Amino acid sequence: MGGFLARSRIIAPPDWSRWLVPPAALAVHLSIGQVYAWSVFKSPLETEMGLSGTASALPFQLGIVMLGLSAAFGGTLVERNGPRWAMFVATVCFSAGFLVSSLGVALGQYWLVVLGYGVVGGIGLGIGYISPVSTLMKWFPDRPGMATGIAIMGFGGGALIASPWSAGMLEAFGDGRAAIAQSFLVHGLVYAVFMSLGTVLVRVPPEGWRPRGWEPTNSSAASMITTANVSARNALRTPQFWLLWVVLCLNVTAGIAILEKAAPMIRDFFAGTATPVAAGAAAGFVALLSLANMTGRFVWSSTSDVVGRKNIYRLYLGVGALLYLVIALAGDTSVPVFVLSAMLIISFYGGGFSTIPAYLKDLFGTYQVGAIHGRLLTAWSAAGILGPLVVNAIADAQERAGASGPQLYALSLYIMIGLLLVGFTANELVRPVHPKYHEPAVEADSESTADSGTRGVQR
Amino acid sequence: MTVHEASGRRKALLVFGWAWVGLPFAYGVYALIQKVTLLFAG
Repeated sequence: MGGFLARSRIIAPPDWSRWLVPPAALAVHLSIGQVYAWSVFKSPLETEMGLSGTASALPFQLGIVMLGLSAAFGGTLVERNGPRWAMFVATVCFSAGFLVSSLGVALGQYWLVVLGYGVVGGIGLGIGYISPVSTLMKWFPDRPGMATGIAIMGFGGGALIASPWSAGMLEAFGDGRAAIAQSFLVHGLVYAVFMSLGTVLVRVPPEGWRPRGWEPTNSSAASMITTANVSARNALRTPQFWLLWVVLCLNVTAGIAILEKAAPMIRDFFAGTATPVAAGAAAGFVALLSLANMTGRFVWSSTSDVVGRKNIYRLYLGVGALLYLVIALAGDTSVPVFVLSAMLIISFYGGGFSTIPAYLKDLFGTYQVGAIHGRLLTAWSAAGILGPLVVNAIADAQERAGASGPQLYALSLYIMIGLLLVGFTANELVRPVHPKYHEPAVEADSESTADSGTRGVQR
Repeated sequence: MTVHEASGRRKALLVFGWAWVGLPFAYGVYALIQKVTLLFAG
């Protein structure tokens, strides 16, 4: 591939600052994180186009499914063509998704919204999500957890920006289909411009580059960090990949269990107590969880650079299980205890997302870590189905059985503790990858050089 | 372009890049904190 998008055009000059790469990554992640603010459009779409709640959720759900699929199947392409190509494709798809949706609303054709936002935009989500990951880890081999933490925190932060911005825009444009169509149009154009910074700014490090004063052997928790490389195809054959798949899936499932029901949960827990929680306060609790989710992505992932990836997942899964136990046994005794426990659980949920790329890099090397990460994200898709299914089904069944207050959630909480303990065990079973899966040193080096021009960064 | 000029341009680019993403992010965090206060006011 030649021209502006080619890898050869984005090899950084010697004096390029690596701190220019996180803003490039954030320009993409802060944009695609908008997907979690889709709910802003649900009510207007239902009113103006006569849709059910299920139908208005379809573009979001399809978008998340496409995120997982495009990350899994597009990972190898992203590795081959480089981050500028990937960010450009993500920009085109994500913005085009809004533009097609705008047309769909204007014409009264809802299927165009589903196709545009869900399918086309969803491809942008998946390619955009993985686009900066391996590049960031090549620029920050000394702090890969922190680097991916910044980008993936951006994905959490995207909804914080989009939620008030989209709501304000809908209000400004007034009522009617035209207002929604205009909002989608403005979103498509603004995100195209905003994401372009990533495409323009992103660079890969030159051959032989490494941070000043940094030596690979200085890394903490070095026993789990490989000096070899494993291809994406071979990674799927290792037990380590599937153990981490289980770890991510169960950690995400446990987080979703609270996120899914946060507002009704806190109200139900304190409904019969001396300190009932009002609807406004419950909304504040949900906002606080968003803050914990976003902060956890950066703080815990950065901490993993110091304490090691396996230890940080022990914290997410082990302490997470204990916190669920605290909520189950004493959650209705004190609002601060409930809020703090839930915040920590959600911070672990966010941390699980942002630490996993660095864990993969430790085990499989940087050679095709983007593609491996893309394949692992199918665990997220699975958790997205499993988590809400378990929590909603149990809460509904408990309600039918006449339960109320904390009893509505007790069984779900104990199931989450069990799932977290299974995840904890899976994490304990993670060992360094057997050398039979390693790429031959010369071949891996030369392919990696051809791909990215970053041989010196390989360890 | 001298080394000094190139260094100045890099610094300007760094400030611009972080402001590009930092300002919208700060807006999002500000809007979020306003909502969080409801928990304590409610």
